[in-house]
Amino acid sequence: MSALSKRLSSLDWTIHPPYLHPPYESTLHRAPHRPLVPLPQTLSELTGPVYGHDDIGPLDNDLTRNAIVNGAPIGERIIVTGRVLDERGKPVPNALIEIWQANAAGRYRHLVDQHDAPIDPNFTGAGRVLTDANGEYRFTTIRPGAYPWRNHPNAWRPSHIHLSIFGRAFISRLVTQMYFPGDPLLPLDPILNGIPDEKGRQRLIASYDHDVTEPEWALGYRFDIVLNGSRMTPFENPDADDDE
Amino acid sequence: MTMSNEQYPQTPSQTVGPFFHFGMVPEGGANVLASDETHGERILIRGRVLDGEGVAVPDALLEIWQADANGCYNHPDDPRHAQADPHFRGFGRADTVDDGKFAIQTIKPGPVPFDGERMQAPHINVRIFSRGLLTHAYTRIYFSDEEEANAADPVLNLVDPERRHTLIARRQEQGGAPVYVFDIKLQGRDETVFFDP
Repeated sequence: MSALSKRLSSLDWTIHPPYLHPPYESTLHRAPHRPLVPLPQTLSELTGPVYGHDDIGPLDNDLTRNAIVNGAPIGERIIVTGRVLDERGKPVPNALIEIWQANAAGRYRHLVDQHDAPIDPNFTGAGRVLTDANGEYRFTTIRPGAYPWRNHPNAWRPSHIHLSIFGRAFISRLVTQMYFPGDPLLPLDPILNGIPDEKGRQRLIASYDHDVTEPEWALGYRFDIVLNGSRMTPFENPDADDDE
Repeated sequence: MTMSNEQYPQTPSQTVGPFFHFGMVPEGGANVLASDETHGERILIRGRVLDGEGVAVPDALLEIWQADANGCYNHPDDPRHAQADPHFRGFGRADTVDDGKFAIQTIKPGPVPFDGERMQAPHINVRIFSRGLLTHAYTRIYFSDEEEANAADPVLNLVDPERRHTLIARRQEQGGAPVYVFDIKLQGRDETVFFDP
């Protein structure tokens, strides 16, 4: 085991949004003001919850079927697929991805959401999927609608899917949102535009992929995810095939 | 800062938003970490999440990750993984409610190795997600009845002594059971220490 003293931030702060982003009003009273204290990466940061196939149900990755009451959910069926990678491009297997989203009308199945749009009785908008040995995941859902919020006059969130990803270590934890190409609301969204880096913003926009599209069934989108990792390898990792 | 030899830039973070519960907090809750078989002292951690105006944050999600009673993480990269308590995963979640309150039932973790020589005082790792946090915040819960271990803890010693108290949960007895009180202040006076791991 090597010394744990030398380190840099595992989060690339040129890519991730700063805490304070005034156009997004909720940051004003919630953004920490004091500088973050650099933390050495110890066992506490370099381990994390381990997930496996026992944690996933057979319909968890199909949001068009996992909540059926009396028919299929309304809306445009889509397939979302991609890979979860580390910063060296190595696939992250057994990464748990949690999914939640609004329905096709832009309404969440949540008590706090009072948007005057219909609830779909056959759609909760929640799912889970695990990456395979190649870091690949795939889920089927309904394209979510845009919805209004009260951040500023006539504010609308672009269509998006919330994604929560567990990598190998607690340090690699990521919660983000996936957007859709060509959405005219993207340049107007203070949440997406909290990301300081234009290339970073582009990476949250899925790409339409005709090879993923299934004939007479569903349009396909590709969305790859890169998780931050440790800045060193202090522990022997039997799977490691590369050196830093 | 970032290193230059990486080919794959990180995917940016976005806020968890206000509507995460149905996707991330299973029915029945995930704030009870220990089962009947788990080894260790049962503890309750409770507190509130407050914003910079002192207003309760009713829509935060806390994620906790901790070692077992012997300080082992249930993860293959812990060199003592084979000895880890099989009845303790070490991960849990608690969402805050209207008055910003949360509660976590778990066991008190043991001390965790730091660098092969020094030990870390018992602690619980905490991520905070909420509307208004575009990137999550990261902190630790230490325990007020571990004064000696806390004084020697290599991480606490990186923190301004005047701010260390924000990381230490205060032990109280409640009906004979240990309760630790830990408030999280996102901003302003007595702002909780947040880390950059």
